[in-house]
Amino acid sequence: MNHLPLIIKREYLTKVKNKSFIVMTFLSPLIMIALVAVVAYLSQLNNDKQRTISILDESGYLSDVFQNTDNTTYTNLSGLNFNDAIALVKEKDDYGLLYIARVDSMDMSSANVKFYSEESPSLGIISGLEERIEKRLRDLKLQKDGVTMAQIEASKTNIDIAQESFEGEKSSKIDNIIKLAFGGAAGYLLFMFIIIYGNMIMRSVIEEKTSRIIEVIISSVKPIQLMMGKIIGTSLAGITQFAIWVILGSVLMIIVSSIFGIDLAQINSPQQEMMDQAMQADGAQAMAENVIIAIGNLPLTNLIIAFMFFFIGGYLLYSSLYAAIGAAVDNETDTQQFMLPILMPLILAVYVGVFTVIEDPHGTVSTVFSFIPLTSPVVMLMRIPFGVPIWQQGLSLVLLIGTFILAVWFAAKIYRVGILMYGKKPTYKELFKWLKY
Amino acid sequence: MSDLLVANSVSKNFGKFKALNQVSIAVPKGSIFGLLGPNGAGKTTLIRIINQITMPDQGTVHLDGQPLKPEHIRDIGYLPEERGLYKSMKVGEQCLYLAQLKGLSKSEARTRLKYWFEKLEIGDWWNKKIQELSKGQAQKIQFIVTVLHQPKLLIFDEPFSGFDPINANLIKDEILQLREEGATVIFSTHRMESVEELCDHIALIHKSNKVLDGKLNDIKRQYKTNTFEVGLKSLHREKVLSEIQNTFQVLPATFKNLNDDIKLNIKLDDQNSPNDLLSFLTAKAEVHHFVEVIPSASDIFIQTVKNN
Repeated sequence: MNHLPLIIKREYLTKVKNKSFIVMTFLSPLIMIALVAVVAYLSQLNNDKQRTISILDESGYLSDVFQNTDNTTYTNLSGLNFNDAIALVKEKDDYGLLYIARVDSMDMSSANVKFYSEESPSLGIISGLEERIEKRLRDLKLQKDGVTMAQIEASKTNIDIAQESFEGEKSSKIDNIIKLAFGGAAGYLLFMFIIIYGNMIMRSVIEEKTSRIIEVIISSVKPIQLMMGKIIGTSLAGITQFAIWVILGSVLMIIVSSIFGIDLAQINSPQQEMMDQAMQADGAQAMAENVIIAIGNLPLTNLIIAFMFFFIGGYLLYSSLYAAIGAAVDNETDTQQFMLPILMPLILAVYVGVFTVIEDPHGTVSTVFSFIPLTSPVVMLMRIPFGVPIWQQGLSLVLLIGTFILAVWFAAKIYRVGILMYGKKPTYKELFKWLKY
Repeated sequence: MSDLLVANSVSKNFGKFKALNQVSIAVPKGSIFGLLGPNGAGKTTLIRIINQITMPDQGTVHLDGQPLKPEHIRDIGYLPEERGLYKSMKVGEQCLYLAQLKGLSKSEARTRLKYWFEKLEIGDWWNKKIQELSKGQAQKIQFIVTVLHQPKLLIFDEPFSGFDPINANLIKDEILQLREEGATVIFSTHRMESVEELCDHIALIHKSNKVLDGKLNDIKRQYKTNTFEVGLKSLHREKVLSEIQNTFQVLPATFKNLNDDIKLNIKLDDQNSPNDLLSFLTAKAEVHHFVEVIPSASDIFIQTVKNN
């Protein structure tokens, strides 16, 4: 008798009709958007703050370098002595005082240039000041050697290296960013999905144990059917929730940004900076085109198919382990000791993905971890946008499926014995013994 | 009468622990079969094997002449000792789900549920959640779920726990009626008075072995010690007493009675029949009470377990 559809339906409906599930489904995007909006708003507030920086330049080289900007006003305090300047800055409640000591040559060191302020100044301000001073001094030194300003200007060049593979596939920096974005999103999505819904499966197994319905159920269905039904039903509920999150999130995002006029994309992130650099090189129009070309350049068919296989394979592998843990213990507090071996490879995979794949998508570390079954789904998904040979993907997938079958066998054993064991907190040794029952 | 369920030298090990050792039972069709034993004797393991929850290491189990197979799940209704229901699920939905797992169609399940809900007067619970019900109420639902698919074999493990005496009686009557309608019942319990009341066959499992098996009355006959409980009235109490003690093996007895002076348990040897005893007694005193001591299921249980 095949009860799988029936079990899947019940698991799905129970999850979806659960009050906290419904609340989370609709509240999470709201909370997320609210958080993002608050962060964006605050950072905007920070950027908009007016500040005055006083300059006391005793060297005479630099006083005219500092031009007022929208947010920063520079006051030149030339003529005052250092102590008076400090006192004045304190009295005016300025942001700080940039003090440049009298020097004989243009070779300045940090001993000669100092910034005094109430609070420690922001990194951006300091590097901005440094940049200006360095540029002026370089110009001055060059001029001293007889180079004209016009020559200096003319010497500036901007190179954006065009990249092309041996097969003639063109790519650019934008390509890499897009690849990272796609790979990262896929890997991270899988990671989140496993953590959230793996836990949900575990809890639902524990619930059946604590409510003691389990023996009633498995006198009607095979434990493995129940387990698979649980995994699939919970996953479908998860996909539903994810879909609602994505739709609701984007709608809310649009509404919030149009109402409050906050450009949510303005939050600074490393990707953003890379984007900005790329943008400077090309200009917005060209960039938009490049992004579209870059997406077009992605191995999309491969990406989609691989995403489906690795996502499903990886998720099923982990969720069967979660189900086994749920079956082995009596309550959620006892799960801790068994969670670590599951979370470790998962976190490792994300670390490898974030640090190594970005650096070198086809290096030894990335390649090896994209074969090891517990890390392969995340790492491989991050690698694929950079182009992975089909044989590697195939081999990795075969290993993954093999491990998955092994894990289901293992989980089913633990599950079959564990669901009927009450009141005991098993050790690893006992779990191993259960395999032989 | 043929046997509905036959287990033949069933053994089961959990690691080094032997849970069942060569246990054979035969449950006659239409009987109420008491499966007895101290805690941890192996009853639950045997029941789980019958339900195909665990597989035996050795031995076979036949249901209705066929070796157990997955389709037999429909023919068995099992009320486990460790039982419960999904707490946050509604009563009606839950019953429908569990009935469908037993192979009933949804509409069929609905019709039968309606019948049972009316019979047990719980029609208005349909949309309640289990967590809103009391333990006894939830047990009623559990009972309905167990019998709903009209199985040939019903297995009840401590069915009366959680019931008040009124509802326990109600359930007992339902079990008897199900038997009238042709079901066979395996009944596992520690309450010997319900064994006495319900079972016609029993098997006793102790330390993984079957130590006793058969019709309850036959077993009682085997275990009876030819002892008679006697209540006498006499003016010469001491004299009568010593005369009896000289002739028979006598033990003190306690039973409730209105006004008997002498209360005795008298054990007969093979040479004397009950009639001999009675005529001996009537000659000496007024006999108010004369009953053969039949060992209770509880006595048999305790005696067997102690001797093994």
